[in-house]
Amino acid sequence: MIALLRRDLALALRSGGGFGLALAFFLILVVLIPFGVGPEGELLSRIAPGVLWVGALLACLLSLDRIFQLDFEDGSLDLLACSPLPLEGVALIKALTHWLTTGLPLAIAAPFLGIFLNLPQDAIFWLVSSLAVGTPALSLIGAFGAALTIGLKRGGLLISLLVLPLYVPTLIFGADCVRRGAEGLAATTPLLFLAGITAGCIAALPFATAAALRANLR
Amino acid sequence: MSLWEYANPKKFMATSSAVLPWVAILSAACLFVGLIWGFFFTPDDFRQGSTVKIIYLHVPSALMAINAWLMMLVCSLIWLVRRHHVSALAARAAAPVGMTMTLIALATGAIWGQPMWGTYWAWDPRLTSFLILFLFYLGYIALWEAIENPDTAADLTSVLCLVGSVFALLSRYAVNFWNQGLHQGASLSLDKEENVADVFYFPLLVSIAGFVLFFLALVLIRTRTEIRARRISALHARRQAQANTTHSALPGE
Repeated sequence: MIALLRRDLALALRSGGGFGLALAFFLILVVLIPFGVGPEGELLSRIAPGVLWVGALLACLLSLDRIFQLDFEDGSLDLLACSPLPLEGVALIKALTHWLTTGLPLAIAAPFLGIFLNLPQDAIFWLVSSLAVGTPALSLIGAFGAALTIGLKRGGLLISLLVLPLYVPTLIFGADCVRRGAEGLAATTPLLFLAGITAGCIAALPFATAAALRANLR
Repeated sequence: MSLWEYANPKKFMATSSAVLPWVAILSAACLFVGLIWGFFFTPDDFRQGSTVKIIYLHVPSALMAINAWLMMLVCSLIWLVRRHHVSALAARAAAPVGMTMTLIALATGAIWGQPMWGTYWAWDPRLTSFLILFLFYLGYIALWEAIENPDTAADLTSVLCLVGSVFALLSRYAVNFWNQGLHQGASLSLDKEENVADVFYFPLLVSIAGFVLFFLALVLIRTRTEIRARRISALHARRQAQANTTHSALPGE
């Protein structure tokens, strides 16, 4: 599993595009919002939690189809399916790689983008922690969507249709956590809900992903 | 005699063709009686006026929108565990019907909401979770349409249905957390504490029965169509295979 993780990380880092692209997209999105809604600081700081979370979600979505597609095309996924490592483990590692290359950088970059959107200082902590806790769920759900659409020629559009409704609970709790943090309310409850969703996804979704992969490889 | 006999397509086709006319007639009768009774022979509500009568479309369609997904869930489980093709095809057949029911519930709700709440749409928990349910239906149908191999498609959509059910339920309660709503609580329940008044209740029950039977009839028709389509493609494949073998045999003669 460690070897697979290192291989996937190396591929993601060296192939270019995949790694920085999500971050750049996030940056552009956040920069575009003030042009759309106007530069008033008060308005921006009110919508900042939602914008940052939706932005992170869309940035995650951007790189989903790369999770399995390349391995499926060059046949390495067949080899992985034949290897002693269970397919559930492969699914988990793939999601972990996706999180390390998109979710984690997004969580680290988010405070700086929060400054652009005039996010209150107190909320920065909640922003980082909610993104750090919530984005693993996004990666796991995304890996499931990617496994469903792996054999399709034009999976990109379909994957967003399948995955975005599944993102709703994560988005609700994530954005609510930051909003409460920004208003100075207690924000631990949504954060705990978010952690619960992530834990449930880690426990259950690799099985669904592996089932979808098996159906596609058969 | 067990339920699993109907996993045999031939048996299913025979029984469903016998049952279908009765279901259709009964559903038409129930809908006719329920809607006519509801629309013309019930008094206006003292606060809502005659707009209350949209309840005879709104409540049954909302009920069926959820139950259709539940039926798809059961069918998907049966397909994954016992691999009966009829089950997978029934799930496929139910999806567009369920989606239409969701759409009817949303549309009638909007039409009802305009005079009552002063707005067609509010981000109320119930309304929002119905919109999310609609998106789930869309994704499910799109996945069925996108995959060519029927068995792979059945597998993948079944897994999506299972995962989607969990997340739909999660969203249903997450939106409660997110916003408090305008929509009233449940107005129909088996313990009759908080039910609507009897004048409205009985025609409503009849039109709910009509919607259930209507759904059943549509699903039966659509499942029969799917089975026939599957047979046609099997026949095509067989003829293709025969043609190929005769062609390849020719040069060797």
